[in-house]
Amino acid sequence: MSLLSFVKSLLISSELDEQINRIRKPIGTLGYDPWGYNNEAVKFGFSLVKPIYEKYFRTEAHGVDHIPAEGPVLIIGNHSGQLPIDGILVGYALASRKKNPRIPRAMIERFFPTVPWLGNLLNEVGAVLGDPVNCARMLANNEAIIVFPEGVRGSGKLYRDRYKLQRFGSGFMHLAMKYNAAVVPVGVVGCEETIPAIANIKPLAKTLGVPYAPLALPIVLPAKVHLNFGPPMYFEGGDLSDAEIDKRVEKVKTQINRLIEKGLTERKRLF
Amino acid sequence: MKAHTSQPPKPNVLVTGAAGALTQQVIERLRNTCNLVAVDARKRVELGDDIPSYCIDFNKRTFEDLFRRYKFDSVIHLGRIRSSQLSRMRRYNANVLGTQKLLDLSQKYGVRRVVVLSTYHVYGAMAYNPALINESAPLKSAGLSADLIDSVELESLASIYLWRYPELNISVLRPCNIVGPSVRNTMGRLLASPLAPVMAGFSPMMQFIHIDDMADAIVLASQKPTRGIFNVAPSDWVAYQRALDLCGCTRIPIPSIPPVLPRLILRTMGLKRFPAYLMDFFKYPVVIDGRAFEKEFGFTPKRSLKEIFRFYRDNKTSL
Repeated sequence: MSLLSFVKSLLISSELDEQINRIRKPIGTLGYDPWGYNNEAVKFGFSLVKPIYEKYFRTEAHGVDHIPAEGPVLIIGNHSGQLPIDGILVGYALASRKKNPRIPRAMIERFFPTVPWLGNLLNEVGAVLGDPVNCARMLANNEAIIVFPEGVRGSGKLYRDRYKLQRFGSGFMHLAMKYNAAVVPVGVVGCEETIPAIANIKPLAKTLGVPYAPLALPIVLPAKVHLNFGPPMYFEGGDLSDAEIDKRVEKVKTQINRLIEKGLTERKRLF
Repeated sequence: MKAHTSQPPKPNVLVTGAAGALTQQVIERLRNTCNLVAVDARKRVELGDDIPSYCIDFNKRTFEDLFRRYKFDSVIHLGRIRSSQLSRMRRYNANVLGTQKLLDLSQKYGVRRVVVLSTYHVYGAMAYNPALINESAPLKSAGLSADLIDSVELESLASIYLWRYPELNISVLRPCNIVGPSVRNTMGRLLASPLAPVMAGFSPMMQFIHIDDMADAIVLASQKPTRGIFNVAPSDWVAYQRALDLCGCTRIPIPSIPPVLPRLILRTMGLKRFPAYLMDFFKYPVVIDGRAFEKEFGFTPKRSLKEIFRFYRDNKTSL
């Protein structure tokens, strides 16, 4: 038995193995898709995230069944907490749901592919460079895609701005309309408290070539995370002006705000 | 009385780059149905009595004599000098000026089908490349590496002739990595060698096409005069380092950041099978979409990735 298969036998139960194999993905003969997704890597990722999701953040997900079982879906959420922990938790919630689990894809910052090891690792578990062309091709492949339209404006914001939605890009709305994709809003509560940052050291970020360099504790705090998924929203296609598109984006934003409020009221304490 | 059936005359076809493994495969497939003439700028290749073979510089006057004598119906231009061969200047003369001469003569002597072999390298390797790049994507490689300029210029030249002289029916093919028995390009050498360099921490997605499938693709393209530019790649993908594993190569990691470091190391080593100017192709993915070609020409690749890699694993020579 090789080392890899030994580690695999320790980490990955046969049920999980079967569960992931059952979820159909458009992959090639060696288990890869054009963006680098790899079934075997997903199994490892899944078993490593499980304790983080269940034990460390004690995540509570409500309404995850709102995500349609098939067809193109855009899961739109509020971004927070310096690291993309929110994306991982939302992804795990969908991959681990009892009925019709799906392995979602996540659009990630443009700087990740340039980071050795991490870039490839993220690709293997389903993350993809946040390029509109990628998003369009994946929707055409009937994937469910996690998008945080705030981008680094959301993840890099300081603790004092917590749960204040930043400006949303409108790219996701154009794509949702073009590909008839369901838009499922999700409010993430708790991730803001995982790495509270009090300042952004811009010169350091510039030197390192990263989007932001937060002044924060060098640990991830075990805040309790609440995920609230809303019912899917559908937007008819058509030739709309930017102002009309923005109105539709605002509609999604309002839903997310409502879901964040719901999470904040549900939350009894921070940790 | 016997019915007299007149067979249509065999077309006269000029094939360039006769010394290459791929061209020889194409010649094998066409030799019974076409009157072939083979040329190569590097050396004269013996192809038997039925196929005239010449060693000719396209920029010399004698090249025109061939067009005069053989009255070609179509031209299959596979004689692009790869970026790992010759100096930049000689490559430019052969690839850009030579191709221009070839297209000019084709136009002058009434050729009705031209197939030009390009490469997916013209898209350029960048961290921000989306996957499944289609034919209308910008060709970024000229801005990224001076060593790929001639490949991009060859293409833009072909595109200009494509629109200016529609009667030439030019098709440009941009294949992914062509590999398989006797293929001596960068990727072929890498997969065949026992030790293969990798950029530490990077394993971009890649596509491979078997030389037999590529030869089939070129033959299909030569038989249907659809103008245009086409990617040629199977819908199957694999990470570079996994491909090396499956080929039985031992991976040698080269420090990958900061980017000047690997460039310096590779320039110092001067490896033919891992040149510095292709460095980014081993860092960032250039995944192309070959579906348009498959649909237009009814092409289906027959050799799987597993089969390709098994060949390299079984034929690994020890150091």
